[in-house]
Amino acid sequence: MHAQVLQRGVAPPDQPRRAVPPGSGAMTLNDEEKAMLAGEAGTVARTAIEHQIKVGNFFGARDFVPVTQAHIMADTESLGQAGVVWLEKLADAREGGVRIPTITDPRGTDFSKASMLGQADWMLELEQRAIGAFKRLGVSMTDTCINYQTVLAATRGEHVAFGDTGVVIYSNSVGGARSNFEGGPSALAAGLTGRTPRYGYHLDAQRQATLRIRLDWTPRELNDWGALGGVIGRLAGNYWAVPVVEGLDRAPTSDELKHFGAAMASFGSTALFHLVGITPEAQRLSDVGGDKLPVAHRIGESDIVALRQSYAVDDAIDVVVFSAPQLSIYELRELAAMCKGRRFKRPLLAVTSPQVKPDCDRFGYTEAIEDAGGSVLSGMCFYQSYAREMSEAKGWKRLATNSAKLVNILGGYGYVPMLASMRSCVEAAETGVLR
Amino acid sequence: MSSNTVFKARHAMGRRVVGQALVAHDGFSARYDLNRLQGVFSRPAHKLVGQSYVNRVLVLDTAKGGVATAWMLHEMRSRHMAPVAIVFNTVNTILAQGAALGDVTMLAGFDGDITAQIAHGAMVEIDPEAMTIRLLDADEIESTAELAPGTQRVHGPARSASA
Repeated sequence: MHAQVLQRGVAPPDQPRRAVPPGSGAMTLNDEEKAMLAGEAGTVARTAIEHQIKVGNFFGARDFVPVTQAHIMADTESLGQAGVVWLEKLADAREGGVRIPTITDPRGTDFSKASMLGQADWMLELEQRAIGAFKRLGVSMTDTCINYQTVLAATRGEHVAFGDTGVVIYSNSVGGARSNFEGGPSALAAGLTGRTPRYGYHLDAQRQATLRIRLDWTPRELNDWGALGGVIGRLAGNYWAVPVVEGLDRAPTSDELKHFGAAMASFGSTALFHLVGITPEAQRLSDVGGDKLPVAHRIGESDIVALRQSYAVDDAIDVVVFSAPQLSIYELRELAAMCKGRRFKRPLLAVTSPQVKPDCDRFGYTEAIEDAGGSVLSGMCFYQSYAREMSEAKGWKRLATNSAKLVNILGGYGYVPMLASMRSCVEAAETGVLR
Repeated sequence: MSSNTVFKARHAMGRRVVGQALVAHDGFSARYDLNRLQGVFSRPAHKLVGQSYVNRVLVLDTAKGGVATAWMLHEMRSRHMAPVAIVFNTVNTILAQGAALGDVTMLAGFDGDITAQIAHGAMVEIDPEAMTIRLLDADEIESTAELAPGTQRVHGPARSASA
């Protein structure tokens, strides 16, 4: 059998509507980009644009699009020694660094709490080396995966190069911005060149809905918003699928959409969704072509319960973690109120961003959480912080969380993660039992 | 004599390689699915759990999960603990970016389900320039003589494997 090459961007006629990216091809460069490729802007810019062209050609990008911001995922558990050495080589060239505002996703530790997490000195040293290299490249160490709540939200039509899938799906869907999932090397390359290959969600055609979903139930708790995102992500199934969702009975909050989007991106590799009448590109179903799609799935409360139950394998827990995404000041406020008057038998970790942590301290939330025996950590994310090694060092295996994204990730790290409401998790920290 | 069983992809990058296919209709994320220290699939629910991916040609349905894989393929390759190639029905941007940095051969986008057409354990040749994956015949597996110059042979049945 010898399969046929499809016409660019066109799905086979016998398959459901699906946004197929164009096939590989050669990008067109302008004079500035040709000069970068020739090394006239230095070796760092040449390295960056070579990487971008390789990716752009793979996806059939016709050219580059200028971007206004870049956001880099680069914890050292992912980078490893090899990645840090690669970064240091770029930084040591001392050629000026990034051209546009470029910020970072969470680091692999909160240095002030590293011993409590059981992290080894070599991890911290590697983190420091990575931080040093990023600073020399002019990167701002914001260390956050909720930059859309805390730093500068991207706006409708703004082309950006964001890492962290939760950041991308929120910015694309809620903000109407335009970004692909940009892994660390590609996001840094975009910062260094000020552009990114024009493919995927930078293109109008790719942003049309491919999957129509009707809801019969609107979640109330954050864990259920995450579970709903997870269910839709599984149904969507791949990066190029764009769900359009009808039937919510109210406009969700930013934190609800944060959990919804982060889980959808995690379970489905989904980068864009539309909520009819809520998100900016889908004021009407027809705005994103949803009126031409049949309702492919109806989702009710039982589907969310089923996902939650699929992780409920044990009553006893070793640790409670609120992370992935980092907590907003409102989530910390709610958590602090639940912690009052309690004394925890199990560690409870609440992870937030360096931008939110000072307010958490000022408003007394940190004190309330830590008086109960919990810990508020900043600038890291649990799964990006050597989760496997933490598990081994601390004896943490059975983990309770209200983050659907976190339960989806941690199984591969050897944990038994369980999904529950914030209140149930807090009660589990107090009693050692998740009910 | 070479096999006529060839499948053409829409997306390709990397070097021509030959290797043994590890096949499953399942997703892939280096962060979510692997124990990268041991070089095995570790997510309990993954269809390849417990199997080594080192120097194999992964033939999987779709790229999943987060952005970490963009770094991780590079890190895994630096320790000689990476797959030699990854073949997807549907790729995401992260896996392609990771393959570009990590110098891992990649194909994606087929007319049919590629995981249903390549047998688990089959020896395959991937030619990114031609954008193809080809099943090798028994005589080709026995001999490296027919491999094109520069082709990296990375894994195969024990009696015929050669680096």
